[in-house]
Amino acid sequence: MNTILETIIAPGSIDFALAIGIILVKIAVVIAIALLHVAYATYFERKVIAHMQVRLGPREVGPYGLFQPFADGIKLFFKEDIIPAKADKPLFYLSPVIFFIAALTSLAVLPFFDGFVIADLNIGLLFLLAMSSLGAYGIILSGWSSNSKFSFLGGLRAASQVISYEIAMGLSLVGVMIMAGSLNLSDIVRAQHAYPTGVFVIPQFLGFFVFVVAAFAETNRLPFDLPEAESELVAGYFTEYSGFRFALFFLGEYTGMLIMSSLLALCFLGGWTIPRFITDFIPFLSAVPGIVWFLMKVYAFMFFYYWVRATLPRYRYDQLMAIGWKLLIPLALINILITGLVKAWIKGLL
Amino acid sequence: MPEFVMPDLAPVMPEIVMTILALVTLIADIIFKRKETLAILSIASVVLVFFVLFGTPFKTTFNGMFIADGYSLFFKLIFLLNVVLTVLISMRYLVIERVNFGEYYSLILFATLGMMLMASAGDLIVLYLGLELMALSTYILAGFITYDMKSNEAAMKYFLLGAFASAFLLYGISMIYGLTGTTDLNAISEYIILNGLTANPVVMLSMILFAVAFSFKIAAVPFHMWAPDAYEGAPTSVTAFMSVGPKAAGFAVLGRVFLIAFGSVRMDWSAVLIPIAILTMGVGNIVALSQTNIKRMLAYSSIAHAGYALLGIIAGTGEGLASVMNYLLIYAFMNIGAFAVIIMLRTEGFKGDTITDYEGLAKSHPLAAALMLVFMFSLTGIPPTAGFMGKLYIFMSAVYAGYTWLVVVAVIFSAISAYFYLRIVMYMYMREPKESVSLAATPALGIALAITAAAVIIIGVLPSAVVSFARAAVAGF
Amino acid sequence: MLPKLFFGYYAVVIIVLSLLVVTRKNPVHSVMWMLLLFFHIAGLYLFLNAEFIAAIQIIVYAGAILVLFLFVVLLLNLREELLIERFIGTWPTALVISVSLLILVIRAIQDMALAPPGNHSVDAIQAETHTVALGKILYTDYLFPFEIASVVLLIAIIGALVLAKRKMRSPQ
Repeated sequence: MNTILETIIAPGSIDFALAIGIILVKIAVVIAIALLHVAYATYFERKVIAHMQVRLGPREVGPYGLFQPFADGIKLFFKEDIIPAKADKPLFYLSPVIFFIAALTSLAVLPFFDGFVIADLNIGLLFLLAMSSLGAYGIILSGWSSNSKFSFLGGLRAASQVISYEIAMGLSLVGVMIMAGSLNLSDIVRAQHAYPTGVFVIPQFLGFFVFVVAAFAETNRLPFDLPEAESELVAGYFTEYSGFRFALFFLGEYTGMLIMSSLLALCFLGGWTIPRFITDFIPFLSAVPGIVWFLMKVYAFMFFYYWVRATLPRYRYDQLMAIGWKLLIPLALINILITGLVKAWIKGLL
Repeated sequence: MPEFVMPDLAPVMPEIVMTILALVTLIADIIFKRKETLAILSIASVVLVFFVLFGTPFKTTFNGMFIADGYSLFFKLIFLLNVVLTVLISMRYLVIERVNFGEYYSLILFATLGMMLMASAGDLIVLYLGLELMALSTYILAGFITYDMKSNEAAMKYFLLGAFASAFLLYGISMIYGLTGTTDLNAISEYIILNGLTANPVVMLSMILFAVAFSFKIAAVPFHMWAPDAYEGAPTSVTAFMSVGPKAAGFAVLGRVFLIAFGSVRMDWSAVLIPIAILTMGVGNIVALSQTNIKRMLAYSSIAHAGYALLGIIAGTGEGLASVMNYLLIYAFMNIGAFAVIIMLRTEGFKGDTITDYEGLAKSHPLAAALMLVFMFSLTGIPPTAGFMGKLYIFMSAVYAGYTWLVVVAVIFSAISAYFYLRIVMYMYMREPKESVSLAATPALGIALAITAAAVIIIGVLPSAVVSFARAAVAGF
Repeated sequence: MLPKLFFGYYAVVIIVLSLLVVTRKNPVHSVMWMLLLFFHIAGLYLFLNAEFIAAIQIIVYAGAILVLFLFVVLLLNLREELLIERFIGTWPTALVISVSLLILVIRAIQDMALAPPGNHSVDAIQAETHTVALGKILYTDYLFPFEIASVVLLIAIIGALVLAKRKMRSPQ
């Protein structure tokens, strides 16, 4: 924070221009790659689910249907932009943008491999939580501004769901914060590498469980996809959206999944590192670049998302709320208590 | 970074015990089906806290944030007494109003915890948090009868204006913090004197903001607007509770902040408080004349009594402070006593809160009427009741401090107040009963009435014990 | 110079946004301006090197409290709401009082002599990061108020349950 301010206060130097230039390039690279990943995440989802249901999935566009995401993009781009007659226009325009921006901004604090992060914030983890709560505005406002019953119901459901599970998710990460002693995502990864198990998922299994469940609810994915439950609400909060505005929601949702997976990889699975006992055993693995490990972890969890979608039915709304408030939050609190006590015990304070 | 040293917990023990017992009461609500158990539990808690309180050493702890001294001890006794009496009068009443829920008792205990913290606050942050703790609990209690629009209205008005007052308080705190760099009351006082800031406009502004915020809490005019509606709409037992507790707590912090932190600008704050006191006595007594609802009338009466008590603060002496504490203790007895009679009239399907409901009460229920007579006499300040003694000491301390003219004004308003208090007595004794009134008398209510009536008469006849206790309490201030 | 410009921007925008919040007829739009207002307040905290508070400002106020506001506002009947006058008839009086109060405050503030800064200077906070500094002071010097705050929050929960969840039947 302060470094940015100081650079602004003393501009005119070459370093300043260079620093800004490097940041801009980094942003461009991250956004381009992330969006490419998002595009192919949709393709993989269709493929994976198709195979789970003994179908073949997209095959027509390009070899094995590999160009399908581009075809979809072009189609959405050229579709007619329909706006409901009685919609609240400024908010109707604004809400997909809010949703998408909140998702993209989160990318800024994710360290993809050692040293590669756009903004190495001391409060990176809190920044992610803040952005994910901001995304809720896009959902609620789109539901309200569309002036449609389906959208409105979806928006209301999303609002209460996101708020409820945000608490559980934030609390589930507190154990990680306590163990790492930092809110900086890079520091959290380094703390894991220095830790005997190499990953926090083993000591933080409770937090991990709570986080995984909350991540599904936060991204509105099955089995918690009530805000867009197609069998009840057509498409929930974005029922009235079409063309590129719809695409923004679609992209935002998949970016959200990517971010949740990345957060999981960074906070519980050691990010770009692998446990030392593995590299001690098989030394040549330490030569593999960190980004590979990171992406493997992210995609493993993305695959889990698809797997769950293909397997589980949707929860009822009261069940969803009961799980959030009566199971996940108490579990997360117990986890914090245990983690805190153990840490105090290790430090010799008890 | 200096190593953390565990602060001395001994002075905070009453508050810690109170917190634990309030939490126990909250959990006991799940276990016990009969809510009377919780009432007994909360009275037992208060008794336990009472004993802990007398074993507490007079010390400051938490870097001066918490002060246990005679001053806070006396106020805490008022708060504990308030809880006992309130719980005694609410047991049957809650059943009649169909709101017999266990949270009621734990909220009362938490509100009292807030008041205790306020009385002991040596730091503005603790003061503010204690005040919020008390206020939040009281807002909820005021709206406890959720099906009743009046109760909702009471909670809403109390909440909105209370939040408004909190904003004033915070603004005052931020100003004085910016100026002195500390929130500790003693340190503020020292800083103001050392740096010669006694004439600084920021100190004045901050002091005025504090005065406004505390005036809201003690319901002093012109910041009293919430009181009549809140008192009328809130459940009667809660009205009794909040006409005594929060008011006493307001005076506790008023005394501490003004006499310690702003001790060096006494002339300035008495210039602010004198008009407030006169307005409070004037508006309270005069508007009470035209009330037809007895709870509303007592609300205005409570406003007027805040005006009398302010005289003791304005006097600015230890004697003045002692007389305020003495007065608040007496007020707790006589006011809750009056509310106990009002609550007795509330039965199934009969509200019993208009003044005409008291017509001919002496014929149908002579004992209830006699008790009401005692409390009304005491509220008016007629000897040999405690109310007279309370007023006497306040007026004397003000005269000694050189505010004779202010006392004359207070006596005039006090005479006016006789009209509306004695009107109730007149209705009870000199009119024929219009409809038969039945009483919801229970042993608990009987105990409460016995305690309050006995206290009002005994303190009225033998005031010296209470007065010397109050004086001793102020000695270490 | 630049820090002043920075602060000036935030101060002016915060005032303008606050005015927008209270003057909009459509409560949903008011809430949206408030969201922007909260972001600017967070910016002001960042400017003071209080990064933790800034993040909490967004998470708690923008992310939770304001969403609940929005939730309530969405359930209003907006068609009626839009027809209601934004201010009650006495607003000119209120304006006069507010402006005179403002003048009083500005007049008093001019004599503000700032107290000497405490131990937690910008450099000290930067050295150990804001989160650590805040955590240490909250759990040592301010332990007592911190614990009271936890009770205050508990009361809020009890209050919500008592007032909203209890199913009560009127005696009538």
